[in-house]
Amino acid sequence: MSNSSPPVYRNSLAEHSNGRPLAKFASNAFAVACATCTIVCMATLVVLLWKIFQFGWGRVNLDFITSFPSSTAENAGIKSSLVGSLYLIGLTALFSVPLGVGTAIYLEEYCKPSRWRTFAQTNIANLAGVPSIVYGILGLGLFVRAMSLNRSLLAGALTLTLVILPIVILASQEALRAVPKTIRQASYALGATRWQTVWGQLLPASLPGILTGVILALSRALGEAAPLLAIGAATYTAFLPQDIVHDDFSVLPLQIYNWTDQPQEAFHQAAAAAIVVLLTVLICMNALAVFLRYRFSKRIQW
Amino acid sequence: MVKLKKLSEPTPETLGPLVMSEMTSERPTTSLAAPVVGTDRSSLSADEMRNLRQKVSAQGVDFFYGSNQALHNVSLDMPENLVTALIGPSGCGKSTFLRCLNRMNDMIDDTIVRGDILLDGVDIYKSRTDVVELRKRVGMVFQKSNPFPKSIYDNIAYGPRVAGVKQRGVLDEIVEKCLEQAALWDEVKDRLNDSALQLSGGQQQRLCIARALATFPDVLLMDEPASALDPKSTARIEDLIFELKNSYTIVIVTHNMQQAARVSDQTAFFYEGSLIEVGATTELFTRPTQQQTEEYITGRFG
Ligand SMILES: Nc1ncnc2c1ncn2[C@@H]1O[C@H](COP(=O)(O)OP(=O)(O)O)[C@@H](O)[C@H]1O
Ligand SMILES: [Mg+2]
Repeated sequence: MSNSSPPVYRNSLAEHSNGRPLAKFASNAFAVACATCTIVCMATLVVLLWKIFQFGWGRVNLDFITSFPSSTAENAGIKSSLVGSLYLIGLTALFSVPLGVGTAIYLEEYCKPSRWRTFAQTNIANLAGVPSIVYGILGLGLFVRAMSLNRSLLAGALTLTLVILPIVILASQEALRAVPKTIRQASYALGATRWQTVWGQLLPASLPGILTGVILALSRALGEAAPLLAIGAATYTAFLPQDIVHDDFSVLPLQIYNWTDQPQEAFHQAAAAAIVVLLTVLICMNALAVFLRYRFSKRIQW
Repeated sequence: MVKLKKLSEPTPETLGPLVMSEMTSERPTTSLAAPVVGTDRSSLSADEMRNLRQKVSAQGVDFFYGSNQALHNVSLDMPENLVTALIGPSGCGKSTFLRCLNRMNDMIDDTIVRGDILLDGVDIYKSRTDVVELRKRVGMVFQKSNPFPKSIYDNIAYGPRVAGVKQRGVLDEIVEKCLEQAALWDEVKDRLNDSALQLSGGQQQRLCIARALATFPDVLLMDEPASALDPKSTARIEDLIFELKNSYTIVIVTHNMQQAARVSDQTAFFYEGSLIEVGATTELFTRPTQQQTEEYITGRFG
């Protein structure tokens, strides 16, 4: 606005910005740039999915899901790796949820601000960024060799627990922090102990956030191949694991890796089909996360 | 050391009188005129109050947030079954003093309390005081109503539950009595299982009062309980304070001098962390002895 002439009041905001054409152009250009980024990402994803579905869809059927892998591509199925994946995720959840949520509660509700807490917090944040293959090597040394768990489901689940534990902790901390301070005050003022406040107020209130974080972390674990390769998990097995500490196991990502490594085109098609199944499981888990978030946050509105 | 009294089983006596108060508010509640001291109560003189049983007694209390001293040598007696109002410009330490009385300041890191605060003659800052037990006996209502994101029933039942009451029958009885005492029963009796967050602001605050009553406290601390409410809801809260004072010792912070004049028997004026003057409400508002008090109540500052 100029200050020499008397102010001229315009009656439309659009006219107002005409005074600064460059700013308006920059603003629009930025919006276009952002939109382009989004479109590039979406397009890549859509093309990728399209190609995989086109290639693999014909191969997805009940037989495919209920047959063991085979040396003939036409008979090969994913029974053992799908079951292996589900077992592995179940076990990983069993270990990572109590450990992760417990750590988050300790750091948020019990630990006073101190050097120790800053140290722990910084480490957890850094650990979340460590490539998963590194955890695989740690798992190989610690679980497979030192604890003699071999290439079992237990060793795999413990390794994946290491991979996702930082994510579970950070998500749970975030969810706990989102509970208003006034709720804690109200609870303590009624004579509740710390434990009663955590169990009776904070956990129920932060459950949607914690669950969402846990499910997203588990989705990541479901897609991991590198750390499992590092601990030497089988790329295919022709049996279902009967025992979590002795039997070999395989998982979908490793089965897919195995198939894409074969020269025959038919195996590649089986790999595409397995990817479709893996994606379906992932989408189901994410849908569950969204559903839970919706269900619980409808009940809890600050 | 003296252990604080255990929570007694709810009996008709401990539950206090039932208050089936329909609104009796012909009193002007929003008048901007000089504070009108309520006449529908016994007005005791300062001397008479001194001879009453002192429920809570602060003696030479200093309080520090880190290196910042928020209270300077505050000594104040709060007689049993009377209402003590704390007034003063914002930032003068009213809330800080109130939080000393149920040790809610313990929750804030890096704070120091010096001096003695006696509840029924027992120093609540002695190291063996059970803070949880203390907070059951000294209930608190906050400035912003803070119901738990749970049902109305569960909000009230939370205090008794954390104190170990499990029988549904006893809880039902407590919920009904406390809601009646808080003059909320008639409005919510048909929807006890609805979320407390669906109530209006005024109802939420009365719910918070009912919730504080459910641990059978002797003392009720209220930090500007009506400051976020409309005049009608404010009048209801004031009516409620009137009813409650027969069975509880009430300490209320308010920045509204009309309110202090209407509801309290004793008024304490704080300024910059010091207690400037305390006296019977009638006397303090009509014949203040300190110049700062006079300036404050006549609206010349603060
Ligand atoms: N949690 C806190 N941490 C540090 N300083 C605080 C805290 N709460 C209050 N204070 C300080 O203590 C003084 C008194 O505050 P408060 O008791 O809230 O006053 P009032 O309730 O009378 O408005 C103020 O100077 C305020 O800045
Ligand atoms: Mg205050």
